[in-house]
Amino acid sequence: MKEKKFEEALERLEEIVKKMEGGDMTLEESLEAFEEGVKLSRFCSKKLDEAERKVEILLKDDEGVDIKPFTGGEENGR
Amino acid sequence: MENVLTVTELTQSIKFLLESSFGFLWVTGEISNLRQPGSGHVYFTLKDENSQIRAVLFRQSLKKIGFDLEDGMSIVCRGRLSVYQQRGEYQLILDMAEPRGLGALQMAFEQLKKRLEEEGLFDPSHKKEIPFLPHRIGVVTSATGAAIRDILNITERRFPSIDILIAPVRVQGIEAPPEICEAISVLNTAEDVDVIIVTRGGGSLEDLFPFNDERVARSIYASRVPVISAVGHEIDFTIADFVADLRAPTPSAAAELVVPMKRELVETVETLHARMTGVHRRLRERLAEKTVFFRKRLKDPKRRIEDLRINVDDMTEKLADNLGYGFDTRNNHLQNLTGLLKLMNPSVRINNDLLKLDNLKKNMIAGYYRLVDDFKHKLQKNMAMLDILSPLAVLERGYGIVRKLPDGDIIKDVSSVTAGNQVNIRISSGTFNAKVTEVSREKKDERKEV
Repeated sequence: MKEKKFEEALERLEEIVKKMEGGDMTLEESLEAFEEGVKLSRFCSKKLDEAERKVEILLKDDEGVDIKPFTGGEENGR
Repeated sequence: MENVLTVTELTQSIKFLLESSFGFLWVTGEISNLRQPGSGHVYFTLKDENSQIRAVLFRQSLKKIGFDLEDGMSIVCRGRLSVYQQRGEYQLILDMAEPRGLGALQMAFEQLKKRLEEEGLFDPSHKKEIPFLPHRIGVVTSATGAAIRDILNITERRFPSIDILIAPVRVQGIEAPPEICEAISVLNTAEDVDVIIVTRGGGSLEDLFPFNDERVARSIYASRVPVISAVGHEIDFTIADFVADLRAPTPSAAAELVVPMKRELVETVETLHARMTGVHRRLRERLAEKTVFFRKRLKDPKRRIEDLRINVDDMTEKLADNLGYGFDTRNNHLQNLTGLLKLMNPSVRINNDLLKLDNLKKNMIAGYYRLVDDFKHKLQKNMAMLDILSPLAVLERGYGIVRKLPDGDIIKDVSSVTAGNQVNIRISSGTFNAKVTEVSREKKDERKEV
């Protein structure tokens, strides 16, 4: 939620492509649209390419809550 | 007077007798006159068709039974008989109660569901939207159960780079509800978590009890982050299912609902990108072509003047041609007209007419003579006929005409004369008078004069 949502970016990209294909654009408009489209497309691809998956687990102790990588261990289940 | 007892002594005896001889017992009946004063203990009358008995359920026991007692409810309960000395009354002190028909858990479930529904916790308008592609999925479940493994597997397969934060809780037992509530609350504060799955694998209705807990329901309702409940039962809904923003039948289903297929998304983005660059390239090409085309059409103004000069010459020639052409055609036309005029010279017609007139004159004269001859001929014929028809000719053959005198009317019928009448008779050679002596009529068909 800290940045633009993937879904919104995808929708906007689709809208831009349809508009460009519609052909009712001046050269300037189409250049602007293209520029925005390329940015959106990069953003979407980046979102999809973020390869590192983090699976973490909340651990409680007397001090409060801590986050540790989840190893699938049994010790947290009780 | 022996064996006189005080009220207290008697009551104590009764109390001892009753309480020791009955012990714990099970009773069934219908609740009426239910009331719950500020102390939190519940007092009511347990009754059937013919009898009734007072009963009380203390606050501590009330918590354990799980459902709310209501007037008119049939219950089976366990307790002991007790005598309240101050009033000399006896009553049942209950520590356990179950609705008849439905089990206690089921009853508690129905009651809680009804209450929360009335309060609006299940209201669709309160449901939050599940993000299309979550940043980080919070999972409230047992860290060792099958549910978390299913979710990790499915999300890994569909979208390997999705982050997951597990909030480990016990999913059964009396400790489970507060742990689940706390986990939901903590995940609400955790960075980037934009959807929470509350889940456990399948189990019996009793196993699902923490997910029918009112605290859990309220915690889900209060969650700022959308919550998916997946409590591992295809058919049975838990209270958590009703309150959650989305309900999934199993942990795997929840993972599928919340995580899109990465491959499909990549394809979508790539397709859109290709379409966009395609459109852009075509646009550029078209504009470049246009530029070339217009550049070619740009000309040196001197050449334009030359062109114009040639054009003027061209036009002048055409003008002259057109002029000559006009004369010729007019001349031709005139000649045509002259020819026509000659053909229509009236003298020819006049000669024709004179000739016709001559012929007509000749015909007329010939006709005239023919007519005169005709007349002559007819006259002769008629004169001969006249001779034949003349009465004189008849008289010559011996006939006479008789006229009555003095008026001279020709007598055609004997009835017009009587004896003694004077008559004049004409014959061929002259006339003479006579006197009628006798009149006689002949037969009708032989008409003959006298």
